[in-house]
Amino acid sequence: MSITRYRINRRHLMAGAGATLVSLGPVSRAFAQGAPLKVGVLLPRSGAQAGIGQDCYRAVEIAPGLLKDLGLPALQIMGADTETNVDTSRSQAEKLIAEGAQLLVGAFDSGQSSAIAQVAEQKGIPFVINIAAAPPITEQGYKFVFRNFPTAPMILGDAFANQKEIFEAAGSAPKTAVFMHVNDTFGTAMAGGVGAVMPKFNMSYTIAQTISYDPTARDLSVEVAKAKSANADVLIMVSRLNDAILITRELVKQRWTPQGVLSMGPGWYEDQYLKTLGKLGDGPLSFVPWYDPNKKLSKALEAAHTKAYPEIMLNTNHVYTFEALLVAADAYKRAGSADPKALADAIRKTNITDNVSTGPGIQFNEKGQNDKLKNSAIQNRGGKLVTVAPKTAANAKAEFPMTPYDKRG
Amino acid sequence: MPFEIYLNVAAAGVLTGLVYGLMALGLSVIFGVIRVVNFAHGEMMAIAMYIAVTLFAAFKLDPLLMMVPIAVVLFAFGYLLQAHLINPFINRPEHSQFMLLVGIGIIILNTLLMIFGPDAKNVQTSYAFDSYQVGPLIIDATKAYAGGAAILVSAALFAFFRFTLVGQAIRACADNYTGALVVGLNVQQLYALTFGLGSACVGAAGAMIVLFIDVTPPLGPAYTLLAFLIVITGGLGSMPGALVGGVLIGVTEAMAGLLFTPSAKSMFSFALLVIVLLFRPQGLLGTSAR
Repeated sequence: MSITRYRINRRHLMAGAGATLVSLGPVSRAFAQGAPLKVGVLLPRSGAQAGIGQDCYRAVEIAPGLLKDLGLPALQIMGADTETNVDTSRSQAEKLIAEGAQLLVGAFDSGQSSAIAQVAEQKGIPFVINIAAAPPITEQGYKFVFRNFPTAPMILGDAFANQKEIFEAAGSAPKTAVFMHVNDTFGTAMAGGVGAVMPKFNMSYTIAQTISYDPTARDLSVEVAKAKSANADVLIMVSRLNDAILITRELVKQRWTPQGVLSMGPGWYEDQYLKTLGKLGDGPLSFVPWYDPNKKLSKALEAAHTKAYPEIMLNTNHVYTFEALLVAADAYKRAGSADPKALADAIRKTNITDNVSTGPGIQFNEKGQNDKLKNSAIQNRGGKLVTVAPKTAANAKAEFPMTPYDKRG
Repeated sequence: MPFEIYLNVAAAGVLTGLVYGLMALGLSVIFGVIRVVNFAHGEMMAIAMYIAVTLFAAFKLDPLLMMVPIAVVLFAFGYLLQAHLINPFINRPEHSQFMLLVGIGIIILNTLLMIFGPDAKNVQTSYAFDSYQVGPLIIDATKAYAGGAAILVSAALFAFFRFTLVGQAIRACADNYTGALVVGLNVQQLYALTFGLGSACVGAAGAMIVLFIDVTPPLGPAYTLLAFLIVITGGLGSMPGALVGGVLIGVTEAMAGLLFTPSAKSMFSFALLVIVLLFRPQGLLGTSAR
């Protein structure tokens, strides 16, 4: 047996390397296009907002199948818990980016979203906000921050318009109101918005008293006693889930049923609220960013959601978290790259009309805000949610005034 | 504002304060005798609350009826903790004791998070939404039951320390450690018994408080802080001081919320603490260090 020695010289090496690069070129491009986009999803999955954060995450779990059906690229989800804490939100965002997240989504709460927005802008990573209403977030001139959720003034404007419609249909308009709100970023922004927006709508009622409270409070008996002492017709609320339950308990115990509870935030329409309180959970009206049940994608999302979570109704948390992921996947498809700047440019040019939320669709203005969104009024009835305004999207008539707590059997 | 609103808020503050007082009583008893500050106090109450929630969810057992069994479980937990973990630290520097109990608190908190998750849990008894009307006064039924039970448990504890031989022996340990050793008292065992009794107090308080407050694991550290606030105001180591401090903090928070702004309730209770520390450093019913 003879062995032929083959010496590799510089020319062979260069030729081989060149051939390897040429042959790998198409493979690398194919990999870049087929690789899932790494999306860091930041939500308050523990702490005071844990219930809502975990509810939002349900949409993250059902999104892959729906995005695939829409012909959109896959997303690699990198979950992170903000622990309902602004500082943790900031550090978790930094950690996700360090670990390779190419786009961030979150974070339900305005304070936490503001902190993440600062990090995203510093690092040049696109951040799509699912839920957060404080206006300043998209007023900072950020280039990498986008919000597909109405701001506090948008929510309030639609809320007052829908309230007028409900009072008119009921033939009964309240004269006075007590306004209770959480004193976090969202609640404070909404409180400021009520003062600024309400005068433009010439409402039938005046606000007799404003009461702010800590969203992590364990006992709200004093707050409700104070509200009751104002002897107002309606109770306007900007709250979260746990405090909404606590306040309802106190309303019952302190034997006060206002004509209506008008909520302009989360809490009062959520599954845990309805399940915990049973019949006592019926009646509150929530003026919230909602979904258009007639849209094709809404039906698909509702079907997927019901299949995955038969005990839980589709709500704002699911809708807007899903749409944030929809924006990410759509932008990735159009950008054809995970480059942060290309992604941000693609998000800026978003024009999704096949969507879920009420309104014409998803587009962002020069500030990164979707200013086309519309809200609905929903009411808890028999443990379910019905849409009572606007007329064009309603499937029931509002019950106003609501049935007193002591007459519910 | 109508007068009955003040009356209702004050009554709610007194009833809540009584339960707070019982919780803080456990801390005060432990410190008064063993001279160890239990930094896992609120976390132990969270254990009791979760036991109550679990028993209610599984067997519909009313937390008020389960108060004694839960207190017994916490007694056993506290006894074993002191006998096997804290007793070796009794003569070590204070910072070692501090780290030990902070560590125990963190372990309890995270264990609860792992077992029960972060969601708030509660019990929905048949009287959860009841209230009693006495003239203009509307009293929350759950708070009334809890406040009444707190008075009974506190009275039983006072009687135990005053009228039983074991109680007197524990007081002897608290008064004079060396003397107690000289007369042949088993101080280590009495310490374990004392920690057990303090834990039983917090167990009973947890079973009652879950009637009107939802439990989450982070509630533990918040209640540890509240217990400190109460016992320092009332007098660290003073049993009546803990109850008085509890009621005072309960009423202060309630009235501050009503007269000023509810979101600043804690500010007023801490302001009260600062005033007490400035003018009576040993607390309202505490005795000066000799």
